[in-house]
Amino acid sequence: MTLADLYTILPFDVMTVGVVVVMLVIAFYRHHALTLGLTLLTIAVAFYWLFPTGAILPRQVTPLFIIDAYAWYYGGMLLVTAAGVALLAYAYFHEHGGVREEFYVLLLTATLGGMVLAASSHFASLFLGLELLSVSLFGMVGYTVRRAGPLEAALKYLILTGLSSALLLFGLALIYVTLGTMQFGVIVRVLAVSNTLNDPYMLIGLALIVVGLGFKLSLVPFHMWTPDVYQGAPAPVTAFIATVSKAAVFAVLLRYWVEIDAYRFSTVYLVLTIIAIASMLAGNLLALMQHSVKRILAYSSIAHLGYLLVAFLATDGQAVSAVNYYLAAYVLTSLGAFGVVSVLSSSDRDEADDLNDYRGLFWRRPLTAGIFTAMLLSLAGIPFTAGFIAKFYALAAGVSIASWWLVFTLVAGSAIGLFYYLRIIVALYATPAAVGGTGRRTHAGAAVAGALALAAFAVAVVWIGVYPDPLIRFIQQATTLT
Amino acid sequence: MLLAWLLIAPAAGGILAWIAAPYGKQWARWISLAAMLADLAIAILLWMRGGPAIDIGPQGGWLTQLQLPWIPSLGISFHLALDGLSLLMVLLTAILGVASVLISWRDIDERVGFFHFNLLWSIAGALGVFLALDLFLFFFFWELMLVPMYFLISIWGHENRTYAAIKFFIFTQASGLLMLVSILALVFVHHGSSGVYTFDYFSLLGTPMNWWTSIWLMLGFFIAFIVKLPAFPFHVWLPDAHTEAPTAGSVILAGVLLKTGAYGLIRFVGPLFPDAAHWFSFIAMLLGVIGILYGAFLAFAQTDFKRLVAYSSISHLGFVLLGIFAFNAIALQGAVMQMVAHGISTGALFMLVGVLQERLHTRDMREMGGLWQAVPRIGAVTLFFVLASLGLPGLGNFVGEFLVLLGSWPANLALTVVGACGLVVSVIYSLAIMKRVFFGPRSGTGILADMGVREFTVMAPMIVILVLLGFYPQPLFDILQPMLGGVLPP
Repeated sequence: MTLADLYTILPFDVMTVGVVVVMLVIAFYRHHALTLGLTLLTIAVAFYWLFPTGAILPRQVTPLFIIDAYAWYYGGMLLVTAAGVALLAYAYFHEHGGVREEFYVLLLTATLGGMVLAASSHFASLFLGLELLSVSLFGMVGYTVRRAGPLEAALKYLILTGLSSALLLFGLALIYVTLGTMQFGVIVRVLAVSNTLNDPYMLIGLALIVVGLGFKLSLVPFHMWTPDVYQGAPAPVTAFIATVSKAAVFAVLLRYWVEIDAYRFSTVYLVLTIIAIASMLAGNLLALMQHSVKRILAYSSIAHLGYLLVAFLATDGQAVSAVNYYLAAYVLTSLGAFGVVSVLSSSDRDEADDLNDYRGLFWRRPLTAGIFTAMLLSLAGIPFTAGFIAKFYALAAGVSIASWWLVFTLVAGSAIGLFYYLRIIVALYATPAAVGGTGRRTHAGAAVAGALALAAFAVAVVWIGVYPDPLIRFIQQATTLT
Repeated sequence: MLLAWLLIAPAAGGILAWIAAPYGKQWARWISLAAMLADLAIAILLWMRGGPAIDIGPQGGWLTQLQLPWIPSLGISFHLALDGLSLLMVLLTAILGVASVLISWRDIDERVGFFHFNLLWSIAGALGVFLALDLFLFFFFWELMLVPMYFLISIWGHENRTYAAIKFFIFTQASGLLMLVSILALVFVHHGSSGVYTFDYFSLLGTPMNWWTSIWLMLGFFIAFIVKLPAFPFHVWLPDAHTEAPTAGSVILAGVLLKTGAYGLIRFVGPLFPDAAHWFSFIAMLLGVIGILYGAFLAFAQTDFKRLVAYSSISHLGFVLLGIFAFNAIALQGAVMQMVAHGISTGALFMLVGVLQERLHTRDMREMGGLWQAVPRIGAVTLFFVLASLGLPGLGNFVGEFLVLLGSWPANLALTVVGACGLVVSVIYSLAIMKRVFFGPRSGTGILADMGVREFTVMAPMIVILVLLGFYPQPLFDILQPMLGGVLPP
């Protein structure tokens, strides 16, 4: 590893240093706002260095990392998301008390794990990034140790994520057995000369990888943990799971898939098609029966991962840019939606979760309810929001490969989805029965942090929904995979 | 640039009204009224200016256009253009927009700002639909007008509003997605033959494709449009939505939103897929005739005044569907005339239901009766619009229905004959309204206020328009004439 290599991965360096600094500062001087400030500073500096280092891309840094525009696109997305989650967490934990500063250390390590995933070009770095992300997440989910819900969720997450990591590891091992290498680039070359398309080890290995990553992405039928963990975890952590962990895992899956051109494996392709259809249908149908807003959003995120797979399965050049756009829109929107839940939770109740907590919110807090409406409409794919362009992109990808099963399931899923998004919206605009408690505020700084984050998400969602051209052009030019 | 102002006026007016409402409800109302009057003024200006058609594409008769880049990386531009058909629809929308603001003046007293925001934005969305010449933009507006309408129904509606609003939204949204799939497939087919990604209407015209592709794509558009129209068997959302919506919502829904379906059939289905549409015309005309009769029969069976008017809409729009798919100039002129006249007459009937409901607090016709003595002016105005609705010669609706039947005669004799029977049924249910509501023994007691100045100001222009259309429809045909050739198959 040369100095130039270290320079290339400067954002990683900054994040690593940031983790240590924040940890040390907490050890000597415990202060919530200061910790938040340092966290945001770390993220900002890391984000800044994406641009100078971006000038010398792409570059292979040791066999482990390939730093290219794709990696930095996701890196930037994850950093922005992490900053948003940090603001939300500040508002949330300020109200909930207890020891709160270490949360930001976990947040930084988890984000670093996600960035590593997006840049990994080797099974080792893939696994490293994934574990860094998952283990930190486990700590974040159970962070409020005195409450039963988060603890239960953390335990569930720990067991299932451990199981899925084991399966993934086994899959990686099988592929290593078949091809004798763990590096993406070398795998491509080996596959090109050897006829391993129907090799059972190869296929089983791919299948296990699909299972392992399917767990992380909560695709049907590996989705069972999702609603429980989403509901049990503190709202900002739910926002983090729904965005950072999904985007990072999807990024590495897509990179891996496109590089080895796994579309050729028709069996795996078929399995993924079935998984996509099952995710869209099950996610949407199960969401219909929920009364908890977090569970509705959890099932909706399962459905959205299904939509994302539709874009993913488009074999031509559309796939990568469609997935990249969809993920950006999805991450912003989910962050906004869970952000609203988080901000409302931070006032005076444990979690603003039951649908009844949201009754008549619009007439008490019009701005928060307005932002929530925008996010729900974006999830439903209504014009003027990022979700609309994203759904359009996913549909376009599906139509371009003429896979009508996927396309029509997407259409049917969206129609079903409307029903539960509208249920929340109906509640938001219902005539309030009595003045609820969610109007009270206790701390100005926390309120400002939450409001700032929410406003930023709302503006971003509307902006890339109305004028998506710059983002699309950037994605098309900068983030193609070879 | 005038075209952009057509959209900016209601959009900006809606936002301003929302902002201004906390400072006084009257502000919201006056701002909305001003915005809609501005729209009406622009529409009239565009009509008066007329002028020679500009040459911007394969179809003739375009009066003006506006094209700005929007998402060039996907071949999408902000392309608006206006021809005779668009102009008529814009005029209709502006007139009903003014009327709906006026009719809500005292009707809506809660959350006035947000109400006017939604009203004006759904109008803006509908105007966009009538002007958009980029298929993506068209779909954008198509979806855009739904959300505010959903809020209008679900917040200010009557007893069963949540159910009706969700049903409306899901029906129209799901069918809209089918259309989006068709649009995308069309774009990819076009890309396959030309190598260019574009959503522009003119570029996509005449895209070569094989027979079955064109049938499937045509069906995607067709279903989206006849759900909105609505035609049998996709009409089930309409009675609920119309009945539960507040008066202004019903007026915009019946007068404007339903017309977007018919407009789409004329603008897109025929020209984009001429052969497929022609092949399909029998089934479409059959659906139209079923709608005429079925809607009329169901209308007669209703006891709820508003529901009756809603079902009569299905019947009237059956004529529109019949006329469009007869594919000749006379029938098409009739269909457009029917669209305009139905918008005015049904809009007025919904307002009259609202007027009565405000006084009686019921829409149930079993609890009405003998109202002519109590409110003679309301009775007289209702009689006028009921007669218009049943197709009395001398009023606009007659011209429309007559031309549709005349034009569809050569296209399909049997269907025309059956469809003409609908006229008889419509006489029955229309006169039943008068009998049940205004004649017979008086059921309630007490003094009711007769029609006031504000209400009459809304009604009077609509009466004038219907009479003018009935006696001298030529200006409408003159506007329409240049564009007819472009949308009819050769």
